[in-house]
Amino acid sequence: MLLQIKNLHVAIEGKEIIKGIDLIVNEGEVHAIMGPNGTGKSTLASVIAGREDYEVTEGEIIYKGKNLLEMPIEQRAREGIFLSFQYPVEIPGVSMANFMRTALNDIRRYKGLEPLSGSEFLLKMEEKKQLVEIQSQLTNRSVNEGFSGGEKKKNEIFQMAMLEPTLAILDETDSGLDIDALRIVANGVNKLRRPDNAFIVITHYQRLLEYVTPDFVHVLFDGRIVKSGKKELALELEEKGYEWIKKEVSAL
Amino acid sequence: MNTSWNCTLINQLNLIIAMPNDKNEILNEITNSDYKYGFVTDIETEFAPKGLSEDIIRYISQKKEEPEFLLDFRLKAYHRWKEMKHPRWAHLTIPAIDYQDIIYYAAPKVKKGTSSLKEVDPELLKTFEKLGIPLEEQKRFTGVAVDAVMDSISVKTTFQETLNKLGIIFCSMSEAIKHHPDLVKLYLGSVVPYADNFYAALNSAVFSDGSFVYIPKGVRCPVELSTYFRINAAKTGQFERTLIVADEGAYVSYMEGCTAPMRDENQLHAAVVEIVALKDAEVKYSTVQNWYPGDKNGKGGIFNFVTKRGLCKGSYSKISWTQVETGSAITWKYPSCILQGDNSRGEFYSVAVTNHYQQADTGTKMIHLGRNTSSTIISKGISAGFSNNSYRGLVRVAKKAENSRNYSQCDSLLLGDKCGAHTFPYIQVENKSSIVEHEATTSKISDDQLFYCKQRGIDTESAIGLIVNGYAREVLKQLPMEFAVEAQKLLSISLEGSVG
Repeated sequence: MLLQIKNLHVAIEGKEIIKGIDLIVNEGEVHAIMGPNGTGKSTLASVIAGREDYEVTEGEIIYKGKNLLEMPIEQRAREGIFLSFQYPVEIPGVSMANFMRTALNDIRRYKGLEPLSGSEFLLKMEEKKQLVEIQSQLTNRSVNEGFSGGEKKKNEIFQMAMLEPTLAILDETDSGLDIDALRIVANGVNKLRRPDNAFIVITHYQRLLEYVTPDFVHVLFDGRIVKSGKKELALELEEKGYEWIKKEVSAL
Repeated sequence: MNTSWNCTLINQLNLIIAMPNDKNEILNEITNSDYKYGFVTDIETEFAPKGLSEDIIRYISQKKEEPEFLLDFRLKAYHRWKEMKHPRWAHLTIPAIDYQDIIYYAAPKVKKGTSSLKEVDPELLKTFEKLGIPLEEQKRFTGVAVDAVMDSISVKTTFQETLNKLGIIFCSMSEAIKHHPDLVKLYLGSVVPYADNFYAALNSAVFSDGSFVYIPKGVRCPVELSTYFRINAAKTGQFERTLIVADEGAYVSYMEGCTAPMRDENQLHAAVVEIVALKDAEVKYSTVQNWYPGDKNGKGGIFNFVTKRGLCKGSYSKISWTQVETGSAITWKYPSCILQGDNSRGEFYSVAVTNHYQQADTGTKMIHLGRNTSSTIISKGISAGFSNNSYRGLVRVAKKAENSRNYSQCDSLLLGDKCGAHTFPYIQVENKSSIVEHEATTSKISDDQLFYCKQRGIDTESAIGLIVNGYAREVLKQLPMEFAVEAQKLLSISLEGSVG
């Protein structure tokens, strides 16, 4: 068991957003979390990554057998948690190469490994760039500065490839992507899937799941997982729309 | 007067650097902590008695075997200084300084005319080794050549031969006064007159040493010239004086670095730098100022009161100042350009970092006198802790300076909510054909940026280092390679402990 979320309740500024979530993610699995806007999908991603604006009022998250909620943000990252941001941040003047090298070497130091030399790093970067099919000039530019929406998302996938996480959370990485970018993002994920890592794919639409086949689909509504199933659930949702879920929930 | 103490010194080291670095090395390595240059060197030293008087000035001049004109220069400056008051207009809180409680001359006991490293005090060599500056000839594989000047006496010169062949003069001010008195007489005080301001007058009266550079007509200096300044002696003021003259069509890039030991009391550093660029000449002057800034509570540190000014005397001449200011308890410094020649150009690129209780009031003056002159000012202030960081800049376009242009950009970055950032731009334009632009921004490091970095496994301090270096990149890229690396590290180190 890689990740276990038990009865998680989360509030922001006193307002409860997540109202009791239970979820188990094992190595080798891809979980899709779907649901209408404003139901707590991104909040869940942020809480796992450790964003400080959120208050966990109840429940716990166990990651690799450890209490995740006690770990500082960077330690979670170094333990293999990666968040592909819905809105990646611009850092002017800091080149992608420098940014990635700093991150990679900080993680390596945490693991007791020697830092990568300049040439080792450049080789790794070339390799990963090819893997996720991004243009080489992207890494010479400042982090996300002046990137188009699609470039930003591809850049997230590139970073994921570089950092080789154990648990990657994709927070609406597919939103706002054209079909080519969507395919590149999906291919990136598929190429990075391994028996020893896992993905949580948060998405509004079924579109991405045509390319990335999930093992489980969960529907999040009003801060709770109201339905879980196999990949067919995503299709059913697409067909019947979120209204169907709303009706089912209110019928309960 | 000739006491030998087991005490400390002011050191100065002139370097000539020829080679760029391995690019991969530039990529990163931000790990250091604390002020690592805070050690003290034990070395036999000759001191003048404490305090300032006509006698002391005569003593200094005599010790340095100076010609009459220099003694006159010093005495005139001294008498004017006595009547002057220190400037109060800066946004600084400066404690009272007892000018009679300072030692104005301290020299290490070194044999004159030392030409081989074997004759140099081993303590001295160790000092520079600790500072990461290779003094030994064997270490020249990097192309770094060294002219070490301790206190007032030149200790070691290499690479001089190469420069001599081109007619380039690069030596200590004391040597220049002895061997090139005509040049010194012609240019000393020609850009910063002896009574220019309180600190410049003090410097003119008591300056001990500094560097002298002369690049002859049409010569492009093939190597980076550099002086490394170090304050070591307790209770001692540092008053170096640097003069750089680029003759017609000449080019030189000059770098200056500074460190000092950690001490509880404040020490005064009042330097003067003068640059003269004749027709078509270009001088690029880079500084990485890392004097001891005092401790976390604002105790100790250097008072850095410096007058730096360049004169673009000939047409199409150019002077460019780049400074990275991370050290000193208090900085009062405005490297300026007087654009006298038509079509001449001045540039000022600055990163000033203040943390804890540091104070900085720094900026530039661009004085447009000639036609079609242009200037660029890029200032990046970074304030953290309880510090205060002010940009103060004057752009003056005289009536005759038609079709002149200035572009100024002053950005302030705040870390935390106990520090201050201030911008004081002064703009005076006396004709209608010139264009002056001023842009200013104030920003903070956003939580989103920090979260993004940390989510990638980068800790808070490194994240701040990255973001700040990115913010300052426009200025850092102006620095010669070796300095850029050093400066990047410095920026990160200076801000350690400033957040969280």
